[in-house]
Amino acid sequence: MDTYSFLREFADSWAMLSILLTFLGVIVYVFRPGSRSMHDDAANSIFRNDTKPADGDAPKAHVKEA
Amino acid sequence: MWDYLKLVVLGLFAVGAAIAANYAHDTAYLVNAITVMLAAGLAFLVVLRGIGEPKFVNKNEYMDGVVRAGVIATAVWGVVGFTVGVFIASQLAWPWLNYEALQGMGNFGRLRPLHTSAVIFAFGGNALIMSAFYVVQRTSATRLWGGNLAWFVFWGWQLVIVLAAAGYVLGGTQSKEYAEPVWYVDLLITVVWVAFLAVFAGTLMKRKEPHIYVANWFYLAFIITIAMLHLVNNMAIPVSVFGSQSVQVTSGVQDAMIQWWYGHNAVGFFLTAGFLGMMYYFVPKQAERPVFSYKLSIIHFWALIFLYIWAGPHHLHYTALPDWAQTLGMVMSIVLWMPSWGGMINGLMTLSGAWDKLRTDPVIRMMVVSVGFYGMSTFEGPMMAIKAVNSLSHYTDWTIGHVHSGALGWNGMITFGALYFLTPRLWNRSGLYSLKLVSWHFWLATIGIVLYASAMWVSGIMEGLMWREVDANGYLVNAFADTVAAKYPMYVVRALGGGLYLTGGLIMCYNLWMTVRAQPSRVTSHSVVPAE
Repeated sequence: MDTYSFLREFADSWAMLSILLTFLGVIVYVFRPGSRSMHDDAANSIFRNDTKPADGDAPKAHVKEA
Repeated sequence: MWDYLKLVVLGLFAVGAAIAANYAHDTAYLVNAITVMLAAGLAFLVVLRGIGEPKFVNKNEYMDGVVRAGVIATAVWGVVGFTVGVFIASQLAWPWLNYEALQGMGNFGRLRPLHTSAVIFAFGGNALIMSAFYVVQRTSATRLWGGNLAWFVFWGWQLVIVLAAAGYVLGGTQSKEYAEPVWYVDLLITVVWVAFLAVFAGTLMKRKEPHIYVANWFYLAFIITIAMLHLVNNMAIPVSVFGSQSVQVTSGVQDAMIQWWYGHNAVGFFLTAGFLGMMYYFVPKQAERPVFSYKLSIIHFWALIFLYIWAGPHHLHYTALPDWAQTLGMVMSIVLWMPSWGGMINGLMTLSGAWDKLRTDPVIRMMVVSVGFYGMSTFEGPMMAIKAVNSLSHYTDWTIGHVHSGALGWNGMITFGALYFLTPRLWNRSGLYSLKLVSWHFWLATIGIVLYASAMWVSGIMEGLMWREVDANGYLVNAFADTVAAKYPMYVVRALGGGLYLTGGLIMCYNLWMTVRAQPSRVTSHSVVPAE
């Protein structure tokens, strides 16, 4: 089989399937239980540190305790 | 030590460019070489004067100087790009504007790439670079990585713009749409872009927030994808190191496919992903509410990234490109409806519960209209990618109308919104000089876009129908010149719409200038922090 035909068949079979599965995986991952507090925290991160960098070196989790 | 190395490199560049100017084969190369010589010489002097001076970096402050420079560059290049656009629109309506004295430099063919590059890469590019620098610092809660590398990105990008612009009018072009810059400018773009990636990714890596905010994902995808597209589409071998001309490595349909893979993803990643990064930061900030759904924004990101890269072939319907590739491009373009509208809904719904702000805040109005135009042009685009529709719309003014509703409506308006948001904050002013002038800008721009887009719809569909009209014997009814004559009124309306949009841009510049000059400083600001 020449390179063109091989790549063409690979692209519309396994490559397409793997992209689709990855994408479905992303959706499942996004909706996993327990992700809400993390997403809320990230969505609100733009309202912090507006005028100067945060103090300290380590990443701080701002997740509220339930 | 580091400064001496800089001096050596800059000195070598200045001397090298002078030698290159001496041996230049063509005018574009000559002028570009002299420009590089002057730029390198100037940078040499600046570095030389700074030698031995203590360098102090306050890690407790954001690096906003480069963002301020970016705001100025965005506003200035915007007005330049719109002015050239209005002028070439007028040239199409009134061909005598292709002055005899300017033949070979000032006629439509030479000025058109000047306009497209000025608005996309100078106005849009500066907006993206400066907003990326602003957003990544705030959302990472840390100063930009790499010190003065950010300044290199800024000045390097301005040099790219000046070299490309001077080259176009003097005939230095590789004739690839949106990738016109010649081989040595392409090399400079590559270096600047890698530095941009380094600054951006370096800042992300030393972030003090646990998450990478979604706007940064879009910015990062934009930077990486543009690097890939730029490298592949500009594979060319120079005819001579002392000339601007080069020969493309690929040819024929392969070259066409690579060009439109590049061309469409310049739209998809430069004008969409990057600007979506702006939307996901500035719309929630101006509305003072977090984004409607963070989950949707993640799905929006991955769907857009997976799909956009395949849509390029719709630029090559009914050409020598294999049928399956055309169909693939069409199908992927239609599937793109989903993430585009998901993103639009996410942006608009961010205002849910705060819709009253639309009445009082013209800046948020601008951003909302921008997202609305994003939705409209991402509806129109997939529709035009359908082969049957494309057989009517291709090569007509409809395409130009589509591009401008996206560029003026989506990219332009969100950038204006960002400029109005940033200027008072960056210069530490209590507010904008005049909200009334923002309203004037808003309405001039909106009416301008509506005039522009509707004129091009009428003109494009009319032109498409006239081209395909045949009589009972199967002969074409219209000559090409007939369509040109029929389009005259629409061209006048288009130039008028562009003129309104340009006027709005000038009002914005005045408003921003007066904001910096005449507005009182913010009292309760912490943007300047004493060194500890």
